[in-house]
Amino acid sequence: MPEPYTVVIGLEVHVQLLTESKLFCGCSTRFGSAPNTQTCPVCIGMPGSLPVMNRRAVELALRTAVALNCEIPHFTKWDRKNYYYPDLPKGYQISQYDLPLSRDGWLEIMVSPLPSGEGPGVRADVLEEGPHPNPLRAPTEGWSGEGTSSTKRIGIIRAHLEEDAGKSMHDEAAGKGDSRIDLNRTGTPLLEIVSQPDLRSPEEAKTYLTELKLLLNYLGVSDCNMQEGSLRVDANVNLHINVAEKGTAPEKGIVPLLLRGQSPFPAAEGIIATPIVEVKNMNSFRAVERALAYEAQRQYREYQETGRKLGEAPKSTRGWDEASQTTRLQRSKEESSDYRYFPDPDLAPVIVTEEEIEQIRADLGELPAALRTRLEQTYGITPYDSDVLVNQGRPLVDYYIELAEACGDGKLASNWVQQSVLRTLNERQIGIAQFPVRPAALAELLSVVKSGKLETVRARDVLQAMLETGKSAAEAMQALGIVEVDDAAVEALCRELLDANPKIVAEVQAGKEKGVGMLIGQAKRKNPNLNAARFRETCLKLIQGMN
Amino acid sequence: MSLTRAEVEKVSLLARLLLTEEELGWMTEQLGAILEYMALLGEVDTTGVEPMAHAVEVSNVFRPDGVQPGLDREAALANAPHRDAECYLVPAVLGEV
Repeated sequence: MPEPYTVVIGLEVHVQLLTESKLFCGCSTRFGSAPNTQTCPVCIGMPGSLPVMNRRAVELALRTAVALNCEIPHFTKWDRKNYYYPDLPKGYQISQYDLPLSRDGWLEIMVSPLPSGEGPGVRADVLEEGPHPNPLRAPTEGWSGEGTSSTKRIGIIRAHLEEDAGKSMHDEAAGKGDSRIDLNRTGTPLLEIVSQPDLRSPEEAKTYLTELKLLLNYLGVSDCNMQEGSLRVDANVNLHINVAEKGTAPEKGIVPLLLRGQSPFPAAEGIIATPIVEVKNMNSFRAVERALAYEAQRQYREYQETGRKLGEAPKSTRGWDEASQTTRLQRSKEESSDYRYFPDPDLAPVIVTEEEIEQIRADLGELPAALRTRLEQTYGITPYDSDVLVNQGRPLVDYYIELAEACGDGKLASNWVQQSVLRTLNERQIGIAQFPVRPAALAELLSVVKSGKLETVRARDVLQAMLETGKSAAEAMQALGIVEVDDAAVEALCRELLDANPKIVAEVQAGKEKGVGMLIGQAKRKNPNLNAARFRETCLKLIQGMN
Repeated sequence: MSLTRAEVEKVSLLARLLLTEEELGWMTEQLGAILEYMALLGEVDTTGVEPMAHAVEVSNVFRPDGVQPGLDREAALANAPHRDAECYLVPAVLGEV
């Protein structure tokens, strides 16, 4: 039964920008160094030290903001966000409050249309799914080919530049005792990208994150490595529950009402919103998807038990617990809402001109959405195929383009890249740059396949030989004893077998063409290089001639 | 405009200052007097005056993105009240940030 509610999700994504040094000082941003070996008086908050803005960090932040279709204000400044925490040595974080460097953008994502008769509720099966079989990104579940997906714009409220805090480590096993603080990360540049609450399901949230990560990769602004904390996600989630009549108590079995594309606040008549919960501690996109699916169901249960609505309980924070696959209430920082922001007197504001923005726009390069469209239009491949290719990153797309150009068949090239090339990359755990067969060499093989002189199955053997020996397609074919069988030889073989099998000839003459297929095995044993399709064709032609 | 005792209590909590009852009393009075004095500024007619975001008329002060030598660990940890070989030590941080 569809759930009688809509899930409303907004995401806050922190990405570490790819700079050599920190945001306000010259300390290295390298990950994994020994604790407290990448600090200086500025980033550990020594009195009298002064921060100076890293130009590259501002450039990368603006580049991302422009790519996210944000408005870039002429004037932007930095503010102090005051709170006490052991990993924040200055007692404040330098962030942006009322004049962020960008606002009001959007990111387009592919969404699967709602199956008819189903509401936008959470799919329960998200919770039960095992790990995805493909370690590379698979296209969003629920759309498997042409014409089954549509796009949706997810609003971006703002993207602003701020500094990271340090890292606190607490050894649970050791019981009580102290927490250890490592300040290597303190002052690392982060771009915080805040989405509108436009996402309507855990799958949509995951799709948004995947598309955002892909965009950041194409822009070259972050390595987005979640394990190393270069990309962190917090989610704000609540439910809009459809109640049959205004003011009725919660009840089950209510017809769902679609709220897609509508602003969630204020809730429409007959809709009750549950208190907003911030979910943290999600260490992968899958964890985000599962945490949100869990949280939606939990909030619905809680609403049924307590009837509590938005505004009747404060916003709470819950942490995702991977082990139990549940969210748990976290102790919130006392008075944490009162950050007493004020402009940082140590930092000069930044003024961005129209010309600079236009220059950034001109330098963006081709972004994933545009690239998908170009591949579809230029090489005649499906949106599904272009999505798979583009999601692998620009180097693989460049390989594909070179291959498609060289062999003159975009679809054939797409099939070979998706099947043979990607499988090999997976098996060998290598990137496309390490793939031994370059596009020109593979194109040579595909040209032979295209001409019909070589079957796909045999061609795969040839590629395997090329991969193992480094030979060219022609050399590998020769080494495998694959030689082209000329027309005369094919015809001779056909005649020989047809003469030996008059029953089959009679069958074909009676209209059962399938009979020829029985000869293919025999023919292949006599000459393994024979092309089955050509053999079949020739046989049928000869039989027709016998009439 | 005057400050209430409750407001001073809240501000002292945010500043991590533990004030006695007596201190709260005179602190409320003195801080209130300061705010009242500052409120004089409210009498200035600011119609048509653009708010300042920064006290200095300087913008776009940057440094190039390059790594500079910082502190070695011993120096960085030198003033820590509690430390071990690698880290600052603080009373247990429980719960998530």
